[in-house]
Amino acid sequence: MEEHIANTCRGGVQKCHNAHQTATSGLIFKESFLWEKSREGRCAVSIPAQDVEESLLDPELTSDPPELPQLSEMDVVRHYTRLSQWNFGVDSGMYPLGSCTMKYNPKTNEVQAARPGFAGAHPLLDEDLCQGALEMIYNLEQYLAEITGMEAVTLQPAAGAHGELAGMLAIHAYHAKMGHQRSKIIIPDTAHGTNPASATLCGYESINIHSGEDGILTPEAVAAVMDEETAGIMITNPNTLGLFEENIKEIADIVHAKGGLVYGDGANMNAIMGIVKPGDLGIDVIHLNLHKTFSTPHGGGGPGSGPIAVVKALEPFLPVPRVQKKDDRYTLVYDKPDSMGRMLTFHGHFGIMVRAYSYILTMGAKGLTDVSKLAVLNANYIKECLREDLHLPYDRPCMHECVFTDKFQADNGVSTLDMAKRIMDYGFHPPTVYFPLVVHGAIMIEPTETESKETIDQFIGAFKSIVQEAKENPEILKSAPHLAKLSRLDEVSAARKPVLRG
Amino acid sequence: MKELSELNLPENLKYSDDHEWARVDGDVVTIGIDDYAQDQLGEVVFVEVPEIGDTFSKGDQFGTVESVKAVSEIYTPVSGKIFAVNDSLAEAPELINNSPYEDGWIIKIKADNLSELDNLKDKASYFQMLKG
Repeated sequence: MEEHIANTCRGGVQKCHNAHQTATSGLIFKESFLWEKSREGRCAVSIPAQDVEESLLDPELTSDPPELPQLSEMDVVRHYTRLSQWNFGVDSGMYPLGSCTMKYNPKTNEVQAARPGFAGAHPLLDEDLCQGALEMIYNLEQYLAEITGMEAVTLQPAAGAHGELAGMLAIHAYHAKMGHQRSKIIIPDTAHGTNPASATLCGYESINIHSGEDGILTPEAVAAVMDEETAGIMITNPNTLGLFEENIKEIADIVHAKGGLVYGDGANMNAIMGIVKPGDLGIDVIHLNLHKTFSTPHGGGGPGSGPIAVVKALEPFLPVPRVQKKDDRYTLVYDKPDSMGRMLTFHGHFGIMVRAYSYILTMGAKGLTDVSKLAVLNANYIKECLREDLHLPYDRPCMHECVFTDKFQADNGVSTLDMAKRIMDYGFHPPTVYFPLVVHGAIMIEPTETESKETIDQFIGAFKSIVQEAKENPEILKSAPHLAKLSRLDEVSAARKPVLRG
Repeated sequence: MKELSELNLPENLKYSDDHEWARVDGDVVTIGIDDYAQDQLGEVVFVEVPEIGDTFSKGDQFGTVESVKAVSEIYTPVSGKIFAVNDSLAEAPELINNSPYEDGWIIKIKADNLSELDNLKDKASYFQMLKG
């Protein structure tokens, strides 16, 4: 099987020489700041004539109007259109940013979220007037509980790290309720970087442990530090090396035996959805990134959404209000004495929930399972096709992302950064670089399930060309990107002497 | 990045496994990060230092060094009270890159027990560790 994959991708590259270079030069406009385009008296809107009696506000409540650039509608449209053309998004090309699950965002999700009943609903509407919105929240919670194998879900947290915080607050509230607050939390070196921050905000000290030689956590490492002062463990599965934590059940047993709880970081859920339920693995609370796994917009296109799913014992601590269903009627319940309180105003990022709900309904159970199968297949295909070109630090089947390093290129003085910059010239967004930190010079590639085999072959071909260039003409990598509007930016001056005002 | 043979590792310093260096002068120990660490981190853009008078135990994190690549914790190899901090780093974090052992020192700590430094490595054994 492996040989077959390797032959396929080698053949593909030979047949279509240079077909993997999707970027070409094009007309790129310069664009000045809006302030520089501003002309006195120019205006993009015609304000209707005043047809009510003027009523002045108390002068104490008012001040000078804000200074804004004065522009015509076309000035504004061209400005942002041009800026958008300098940009690169998942709608323009493959975006294999590891650990981020930059999958395609289906446009039907946008249509559903824009329906007037959803888009125009005021968050303070009486229950009677927003039964449909509450039903959507309730159903989405049920679906996510089913997918994670958990008892209850809250959709309130604003994004992944906020979900982590909510999860840790639930653990904190649980120990407080049990009558003995604990002081520490175990965090493996392959966890996401935000995990220690969330734990610290709950007053827990992070106890870092190392993963084993094959990149996964051993039960022994956990048993060595787990005690009755330790609130639990925060574990990312699959971990940030893209590997499945095979010892997870044994680790959960060790933690539970000492009264601790297991926090699951679900950022990498795209690899296991429909295949494994975190609840079956002994995880007590897990967050999900709707903007990763459930195809809602990501990065600048956000906002995100980071629901958490919990086992029965943690349900009383979830944020209020909770949506309750009784006789086909939905109500908001605030009377939960052990609740951690609110995590966000109103109901969370409602428009994002509609998009995720649309995605789940579009895909169905089989579709969501196929997502994970194809995400894992695509990552393993890239791993097998590039294994002779790039050094593979952990040579074992990966999940939804694969991690290489720049070790083979070091003799030519070419680094991970140079290869990442060069791949832009081929029309691809660079993969994640220098993360996870446990891998020196890491290149972390996550193709997701939404890329076709042709696009993935182009990406593989591009990387093979770059590896060849690194041997023959390393200079072309060191000065890359050549086709982007701007090449290497002065990150050092930007960080040391930032200009924070235009 | 530098080859190991290009590293500047002065003879008169002691080195920690976490790539801090220590220079002893009476009971005051000056601490910074060594040439290997600054080279690995790349251009340093921010250094977080403690307050004078803060106390730390051996192995405690006393600050962070941030480069364009990563944020790294720095640990004290000796227990004691902060006696001086390098204020120049606030305006000129690049001193860590340009002069890691002189102008780029980070803290001076009044040591409780100098024998804690016995575990540190001399140049030869530190270099051996880097070679792996």
